[in-house]
Amino acid sequence: MLTRLAARALAGFGVVAGVVTLTFFLLRVAPGDPVEHLLGPAARPEQLATQRHALGLDRPMAVQYTAWVTRFVRGDWGISIAKGRPVRTVLGDAWPTTVRLVGLSLLLSYLLGIATGAVQAHRRGTRTDTALSVITVTLFAVPGFWLGLMLVMVFTYWARALPAFGAAGLDADYLTGWSRIVDGLRHLALPLATLTLIGVGGSARFVRGAMMDLAAQPFVTTARAKGLTPWQVTRRHILRNALTPVVTLLGLSLPALFSGAVLVEAVQARDYPVVTAATAVSATLVVAGNLLADALAAWLDPRIGKRQA
Amino acid sequence: MKRLLRDRRAAFGVVMLALVIACAVLAPLVTGGDPNAQGDIVATRFLAPLSIDATGAFHPLGTDRFGRDVWTRLVYGARISLGVGLLAVLISVTLGVAVGALAGYGRGPLPLALLGLTDFALAVPRVVLLLLLAALWRPSTALVVVVLGLTGWMGVARLVHGEVRALAARPFVEGAVAVGARRIRVLARHILPNALTPVIVAAALGVGNAITLESSLSYLGLGVQPPTPSWGNMIASGRDVLVNAPWVATAPGVALVLVVVACTLLGDAMRDALEPSAISHQPSGRPC
Repeated sequence: MLTRLAARALAGFGVVAGVVTLTFFLLRVAPGDPVEHLLGPAARPEQLATQRHALGLDRPMAVQYTAWVTRFVRGDWGISIAKGRPVRTVLGDAWPTTVRLVGLSLLLSYLLGIATGAVQAHRRGTRTDTALSVITVTLFAVPGFWLGLMLVMVFTYWARALPAFGAAGLDADYLTGWSRIVDGLRHLALPLATLTLIGVGGSARFVRGAMMDLAAQPFVTTARAKGLTPWQVTRRHILRNALTPVVTLLGLSLPALFSGAVLVEAVQARDYPVVTAATAVSATLVVAGNLLADALAAWLDPRIGKRQA
Repeated sequence: MKRLLRDRRAAFGVVMLALVIACAVLAPLVTGGDPNAQGDIVATRFLAPLSIDATGAFHPLGTDRFGRDVWTRLVYGARISLGVGLLAVLISVTLGVAVGALAGYGRGPLPLALLGLTDFALAVPRVVLLLLLAALWRPSTALVVVVLGLTGWMGVARLVHGEVRALAARPFVEGAVAVGARRIRVLARHILPNALTPVIVAAALGVGNAITLESSLSYLGLGVQPPTPSWGNMIASGRDVLVNAPWVATAPGVALVLVVVACTLLGDAMRDALEPSAISHQPSGRPC
């Protein structure tokens, strides 16, 4: 199992290296130039040339690539061309807020999704199942950006109940104790609800499907035959076994921790160092998520590791 | 097939998609005509749904900030959004079937290379790739189709590869080989037709996914460019007028949800009807 994981990790490293290399060259081949974005349309050719030289962008691509890789692996991610700040701070600024928000929403959407899927599978074919299916497939289809807008429209503009943006109110520094916590929660409510709701649909559908598959297995028949109540069969025998693939799915959601907003802005400004580093981070998250999912699945269900070894 | 027709999910999906496609195809008949037509900008902008303007024109879904009819834009936007989704899936399914078939039935080092490529492409974060590709070149409708097509073929390739491998070992294929059919003929006439069932299911789910991704890209300004209407850029234009004219952002979003639900339900129903033995759950990606 460990050898297999090591091999997978090595392959994953290859993927990250490949993606980063691809990004590096794609950026330089594509039209657009960070220096033109930085200096604006009024810049004279010699100014552009000087700036390019200062940033090392006039060197051959292979030289630039080697230099970038050597610095990157040593932890020197360079300086953002557009912002003049270190790439690490540009990428790291939003990190704590994103992680808190996405982490919480993942947790909530999986808990809700597992509960919903379990109820549906337990009462399959009934009106409850159908009603919940309609809700989950709708949530599954709703695009996050639109749901966010609708929630803002209802709760901010119509009900005037919740703030639409920011992590704290303007007066947050003057609040104390409970009111400060309440203020933070009120600001968290809409983004958290949006992310949780769009996640619930997918996880509930997945859990329901996994549990329906398991319900046809011989060991479930055995459990029923020995006289357990239907709910005991569902909870102890079906749900527990269905959680293995759910854990896998959770591992695959790891990349959601990285926000795409930074990337879009950086690509449009042709901010080479930021884009390449952002790609490296998100590719690493994807690969690590896959690995984590595999390792967790093998740990929860020893048969998986043995079957594939 | 009978099971499929009795399935309420399939019925909803087919009826809903047929309605939307009919509206899109017959757009000039079901709307006032030009989606970019602006009325008197002061007198006709932000008219609420179901209102009639000074010239007597009826606006079932109201007007936007330029006095353009939202229903007309919605229907013409359906042409773009559905067209982009269908074309992108056509590209990715064609690519996926080709790669999967060659990887499953090819000889020499080709299968290994293709499988490696597929695994690599699967490991690349799709959202990152989409944003990167869409933001690098000047945004256009064609670019969205190409980018979505090129980033969506891997799942299909995996499916087809598995099916082809399994079918290649079946007696009827051995029979075809034994009577002297050439490999390419065996693949095209005997294996592929039998391997396409899961592809149809994946394509139905893929269309919904592609439409969502198109709207996300257009919402971010990286996709279909205004004034050409697409559901994504209509939602984006409604974002700024959420207070004055909530219908501008609401209408295309509801349409989007209905179409994606229809695709998903149709895909689910087809999977249950066509391959009862297959795993009954299939998580599919989510844009953002």
